[in-house]
Amino acid sequence: MSEKLEVRDGLLYTRDHEWTSSKADGMEVGITAFAVDQLGDITLVNIDLKVGDTVAAGKTFGTIESVKTLSDLFSPVSGKVVKINGELETKPELVNEDCYGKGWMIVIQPSDAGEKDKLLSPAAYRDLLKSVAH
Amino acid sequence: MTAESGPLRQTSLYAEHKRLGGRLVPFAGWEMPIQYAGIVEEHQAVRTAAGLFDVSHMGEIELRGEHASAVVDYLVTGDAAGLDDGKALYTCACNERGRILDDLIVYRIARDAFLIVCNAGNRDKISAHFRRAAEDHCEFEDRSDKTALLALQGPRALDILALAGREAAACADLKSFHFRDAVVANVHTTVARTGYTGEDGAEIFCAWDDAPHLFRTLLELGQSKGLQPIGLGARDTLRLEACLALYGNDIDETTNPFEAGLGRIVKMDKPLFIGKEALAKVQQAGTPRKFVGFEMTGRGIARHGYPLCDPQGRPIGTCTSGGPSPTLGKNIGLGYVPAELAAVGTPLQADCRGKLVGAVVVKKPFYKRNRGTA
Repeated sequence: MSEKLEVRDGLLYTRDHEWTSSKADGMEVGITAFAVDQLGDITLVNIDLKVGDTVAAGKTFGTIESVKTLSDLFSPVSGKVVKINGELETKPELVNEDCYGKGWMIVIQPSDAGEKDKLLSPAAYRDLLKSVAH
Repeated sequence: MTAESGPLRQTSLYAEHKRLGGRLVPFAGWEMPIQYAGIVEEHQAVRTAAGLFDVSHMGEIELRGEHASAVVDYLVTGDAAGLDDGKALYTCACNERGRILDDLIVYRIARDAFLIVCNAGNRDKISAHFRRAAEDHCEFEDRSDKTALLALQGPRALDILALAGREAAACADLKSFHFRDAVVANVHTTVARTGYTGEDGAEIFCAWDDAPHLFRTLLELGQSKGLQPIGLGARDTLRLEACLALYGNDIDETTNPFEAGLGRIVKMDKPLFIGKEALAKVQQAGTPRKFVGFEMTGRGIARHGYPLCDPQGRPIGTCTSGGPSPTLGKNIGLGYVPAELAAVGTPLQADCRGKLVGAVVVKKPFYKRNRGTA
């Protein structure tokens, strides 16, 4: 089942099923297709931080509510929040529809470039999914 | 729900759930499908067409014999002794303190025979409780391992059932909370006009190993009418909208039926039943807390266990169930609040993990089906 869920190349992943991608202004962060599949229909995305706030890697930056449950959102890297996807406030379904695109959540200006090395490559994340599926 | 250990059990429909792409999760010691196509889609299917549920994990207990009626009547709060043959009763079993051991459906098969259906998570407790009470008085059999149970629910449920044979079609004439034996899709079953979704429909008991054939046949027959297999996720959102209590969430051994809004299922004029004395006191004193429905007015969803607060932010109660309502497009919840804060329109707040989010008490149930001729 989980093998069919997209793991996009060119992104980095966490064990908590967030992805991050290097953009001009920082690291864009969202949740993976696997996380979306586990959550089901998403009804609320709550980003608890404001632009300018700092967050540490592995700490929560918000919560996501689906019909089924509530989940924490964990920051893949440490740094300053430079952008928040305000569209999710009224259209949380964008995460269901396009989790690697329009469903992005925040952009973080990383304070520790070395942290990126601790994240999972697409291949390593695919292996992780295989291990949770079986 | 009591914590379970040991391997998870599977119903006879396990292979069907797998084949249909159901996502299986642990529930009350069982491996059950939480969803197939998705909770919202399944929820809408039951509200607008029909859904088929595997609820074989529920417990089934039979009491037979001359004194079975007196035994059952002593164990439950409702009028089991006065029940007609072929009729079912939603009721509960309480302990001596008047707290709820489980909510049950009691079916009177004959003058001297009763079937009791209990929650999966309470099966061992209720089975032992009934076995003890039956000792030396009547025959007792826990038939849970032999009995499968399907629920066919939704506005088209009975039309679909009617496609499964002459006797199945005749079940449309059963009134609510009545049941009869019927051959459905060549399987010997008992069909009851009961359910846990707020929709019309039936629950169908059959032998454990007959369930896969019955399940597959009903799905095939109902396909053109929009019948879908439904998991426990949508079962929960459906029952929440209909304000049907979930044992372990909304009611448990700390709650009594009166405060849970279940006073109607307690027959205080019965001469004797377990918990009667304690419940008489509760009834006389009135309940300081009440079970209410609320709608979120702010951005957030109150979930089971979240504190409920007054507008000043003081904790005054607890949310026992909560989530989005697919039918209403709102976030709704159930919970206990002090009687003085239970009136419809009373503003509340839910403590959503440290964040206070506005809510307001609304009329129960959140959803009531249109009982027209459709």
